[in-house]
Amino acid sequence: MENNSIIQIKNLTKSFPTGKTNFIALRGIDLSLGTGEFTGLIGPSGSGKTTLLNIVGSLDTPTSGEAWVLNHSIGALSAKQAASLRKQNLGFIFQSYNLLAVHTVFENVEFPLLLLKYNASERKKMVMDALEWVGLTGKVKSKPPQLSGGECQRVAIARAMVKKPSLVLADEPTANLDASNSHHILQTMVKLNEELKTTFLFATHDEKVIGYLRRKIYLLDGKVDKDELTVGSKQSTVSSEK
Amino acid sequence: MIRFLLKGLLRDKSRSRTPVMVVAIGVMLTVFVHAYITGFMGDTIEMNAKFSYGHLKVMTKAYAENMSQVPNDLALLDVSELQNKLNKQFPGIIWAPRIQFGGLIDVPDKNGETQAQGPAIGMGLDMLSGKSRENERLEIQKSLVRGNLIREPGEALISEQFSQKLQVNPGDEVTLISSTMDGSMAMYNFRIAGTVSFGAESLDRGTIITDIEDVRQALNMYDAAGELIGFLPDGFYDDEEALKITQNFNAGYADSSDEFDPVMKSLSQQGNMGQYVSLLKVWSAYISLIFVVAMALVLWNAGLLGGLRRYGEFGVRLAMGEEKKHVYRTLIYESVFIGIAGTVVGTAFGLFFAALLQKYGIDISGMMEGASMMMPSVIRARITPADYYLGLIPGLMATVIGSMLAGVGIYKRKTSQLFKEMEA
Repeated sequence: MENNSIIQIKNLTKSFPTGKTNFIALRGIDLSLGTGEFTGLIGPSGSGKTTLLNIVGSLDTPTSGEAWVLNHSIGALSAKQAASLRKQNLGFIFQSYNLLAVHTVFENVEFPLLLLKYNASERKKMVMDALEWVGLTGKVKSKPPQLSGGECQRVAIARAMVKKPSLVLADEPTANLDASNSHHILQTMVKLNEELKTTFLFATHDEKVIGYLRRKIYLLDGKVDKDELTVGSKQSTVSSEK
Repeated sequence: MIRFLLKGLLRDKSRSRTPVMVVAIGVMLTVFVHAYITGFMGDTIEMNAKFSYGHLKVMTKAYAENMSQVPNDLALLDVSELQNKLNKQFPGIIWAPRIQFGGLIDVPDKNGETQAQGPAIGMGLDMLSGKSRENERLEIQKSLVRGNLIREPGEALISEQFSQKLQVNPGDEVTLISSTMDGSMAMYNFRIAGTVSFGAESLDRGTIITDIEDVRQALNMYDAAGELIGFLPDGFYDDEEALKITQNFNAGYADSSDEFDPVMKSLSQQGNMGQYVSLLKVWSAYISLIFVVAMALVLWNAGLLGGLRRYGEFGVRLAMGEEKKHVYRTLIYESVFIGIAGTVVGTAFGLFFAALLQKYGIDISGMMEGASMMMPSVIRARITPADYYLGLIPGLMATVIGSMLAGVGIYKRKTSQLFKEMEA
């Protein structure tokens, strides 16, 4: 694995059994992502972007080929090691937020820190910092059903970022949001990417997200169709606004 | 972490209140049914013991073989000596000689002619010596409907139903027509001291109770008795203890072939009481097993439905880096918490309803008319120490088994599959 790479994928194939035949979701993917990237896997439904994101997130394993994430070979990890990798280094943001409905905003954001066994005072400080990044310090005691979609996704971002992970994986993070909230969320993620140097990898086909990406990896039928760096992304607007 | 999970459990009513209610209902039923069965079956056993079988019974070997016919011609002789021997060999056990007999009760009119007649089952009890506490044991004072207890020789009590049928009242004279121990005809006059109602149809139909000395005189059974009935010191039947005593006593006569030698039988060795005692012994296990299986199935299904709803939560927790093993373990912890809470609530309610049944009882005398088996006419529960912890078996086991079965889905699904379900 290259030293400056956070993710390195070589000739990765993933297939799923469907009755007597196999459905091939990914076919010989080769990719490399460096630290601090703000990159998206772009493609239509069924192109393999979520499957690839799952493998990078150690939620699934390759059928063949190699996937290295933070110097860990995903295929060789035990369930315990995979859980440890996710706990220590990865943050997830989902399309439908997936907040724990019966817990408050504070408790939702606190959960990853409980797994990492931080003490109460450290947890409180880190949670409040994370909520400040996403502008939700006033909603600490609210529960998800009392929040708007945009606010829920900001809580989800705070939850993903609270432990300051090396890599955040976001699967269609704006799919359930309106344009205004989508931009707000994306600007928050860009800011965190720049300030904390966290690597973001998106799976998306949303134009609003694509507009913010610095690198776009187009997938089609399980293969990398195009891999391009963007010069004039909206991030420059964000940067210039700052 | 535990506090975090506990908060979630308490706030999510479908994960806490509903399962706790299901467990509580199951436990309540287990405790209540156990107390009810113990009360009903225990009362039936004790009633049969008091009136007929004793906890232990000594008879001649020949009498024992034909016990159902109450063959007084095969009765024990020299009973006082045998009773002394038993008192020495088994101190603490109370022995009471009894003679059961059958006969006709004849009620004369003013002219001495038969006015009414009816078949009677008689019991000669030690009512006047003050040694055997038969009055207390059979609660005759409580059962007295009219008149008095037997105070002097020549007096008898008859069942209230029987007295109405024969149209006799306390103070009236009746004649017992029966056969002596030697097979000749016996006629003996009694004065009715009072009438009794025991609440057991088979006893209340046509019973006459007299002092044993009168019966001995009437049936030529001097210092004889059909049976010597023994009662264990703590007043309740203990099958293991009774069997030990029986073995011990019978060992002394094992080599003898004399059919008039005494033999001892425990309550469970008489009639069909053995089945009854066995049933009472295993009943707790049966009830618990039934409720464990039934509730485990219910909770398994509830767990599956709840689990499906919670796959989203499990997916998030796995994504955060929690291990499947830990998620599964927390499910079990939750079920232990729910099981204990449900058991406490269910036991409290079960005991409450059992206490009501113990105090007030349910009168089933209307259903007992014509019944030949000696059963209490008022059903009462009996709360025993087991009722305080019995609910833990179905309450905790069923909940944990249900959760374990439901939680297997976490292992069977790939993590990424849980994610798909989470996103669905």
